[in-house]
Amino acid sequence: MKYFSHRLGHNFIQLVNTIGKVSYMLKSVTVWLFKSRLEYEEIMKQAVRIGFDSLIVVCLVNFFTGMVLALQTGYSSKNLFNEPLYIGTIVGFSIIKELAPVLTCIVVAGRAGAAVTAEIGTMKVTEQLDALHALGTNPTRYLLIPRYIAFMITIPILTVFADFVGISGGFIVSVVKLGVPSTVYWNDVFTFMEISSFMHGFLKTLFFAFIIATVSCYKGLEISGGAEGVRKATTESVVTSMVLVLVLDYFISAAFVLVGII
Amino acid sequence: MIEVRNLVKKYKDNIVLNDISIDISDGEMFSVMGPSGCGKSTFIKCLVRLVEPDGGKIIVDGKNILDGLNEFELAKSRRKFGYLFQGGALFDSLNVMENICFGLKYLTDIDPSKYERIAKEKLSLVGLHNVEELEISELSGGMKKRVSLARVIATEPKYILYDEPTTGLDPVISETISGLILDMQKKLDITSIVVTHDLKLAFSVSDRIAMLHSGKFDFVGTPDDFKKSDNSIVKSFINDSVLDGNNYKKDYKYPKN
Repeated sequence: MKYFSHRLGHNFIQLVNTIGKVSYMLKSVTVWLFKSRLEYEEIMKQAVRIGFDSLIVVCLVNFFTGMVLALQTGYSSKNLFNEPLYIGTIVGFSIIKELAPVLTCIVVAGRAGAAVTAEIGTMKVTEQLDALHALGTNPTRYLLIPRYIAFMITIPILTVFADFVGISGGFIVSVVKLGVPSTVYWNDVFTFMEISSFMHGFLKTLFFAFIIATVSCYKGLEISGGAEGVRKATTESVVTSMVLVLVLDYFISAAFVLVGII
Repeated sequence: MIEVRNLVKKYKDNIVLNDISIDISDGEMFSVMGPSGCGKSTFIKCLVRLVEPDGGKIIVDGKNILDGLNEFELAKSRRKFGYLFQGGALFDSLNVMENICFGLKYLTDIDPSKYERIAKEKLSLVGLHNVEELEISELSGGMKKRVSLARVIATEPKYILYDEPTTGLDPVISETISGLILDMQKKLDITSIVVTHDLKLAFSVSDRIAMLHSGKFDFVGTPDDFKKSDNSIVKSFINDSVLDGNNYKKDYKYPKN
């Protein structure tokens, strides 16, 4: 019991400590964002690494998700109603509102988020962050802000690609495998779809991008202990980002429903 | 001029710097010696607040840098300093030229068209030629130290802090680095603080040497005074007894970390 309460107290103090440090980092990002000129070259470099380099994996994941979604929906519908009904509608809503934003963010967190943590962490371990300080510049300006901006720009764009590719995957299975006429599929997709449905998924990715950027940068800055520290922080970064994306997905979706973005 | 007054730094219960006071004059070459882990690097990191002191004052050109500076003022005060890190701390995502120009790009208003000329000039000062386009991973240990030194002097700082400049280098390269440090001093009239446990380096470049022990400067004097000193820690250090574990080890109290 004593051990349990000791651990609980220790974890609580660590949590408060982490919240304090993250708040300080976010304050620093906000201040430097407005007080220094943006490093466009570095932002572009990061956008390519985070966004462009993730494009193929994101498309692949969403394409097959769209395909399997159409397959499962089609055969379930056949079993229940003897014909595949509203495949396009179900695939469209699922992909646009949930699957594309969440899967895209999970892929980016695993690929680019881990890379950002490892890169910043290695810079810390090899005193390159201290060198930035010693040169009279600030890691926030040179490292964090370009990565924040790159995440915030590329994740929503990747999600738009993921929407299109996912629905296309569903289209191929519906037409080729289930024999749904293509006009019916596209009618099903667009008949009930509204702009707010698209915005529901799209806007969520801005929050997710912010979370992934914050977690991956913070974990990188907090690394200590050489290669072992880098390994540990990279794993923690990916796991924390994924868990936060999945958990906050519900709350953000519920909040959007409340304000009418459905 | 750098004035250090009653500087204190603790890591938990371990007092690494205990009420240190010292003045370092403009143009002086000041060395801090002591065995590994005694707090030498912590001392110079405190001077640019890479490590936050727990107490005291650090007055640089009449201004206490520990007194209420915000992030921007602190960055400005750091620009007076150049810091040569033990491992070089070169940015490995940039090549040699980009590393040297980094400070010029972010800290000065110099026309970008002049960057290349300045970088080549600084590289030639440290004895390197035709390495501008090399990646950091292609450099040897000695070259990294020299490129790092070129990066430090590119922004023409008033003070240079050298953290173990010869550690991990062979005797020939160490000699070259010592020569470079002296050369920088003569050509650029910079105030330098060298942290080292390399006696040869300290004797060859220093105006004054301080011996850091148990969080205090046990001895401060010229290299000649250092050699003749009766101070047991200095003597043991000179005789390598501290490191070998001979005569003076029983009197020597190693810091806890």
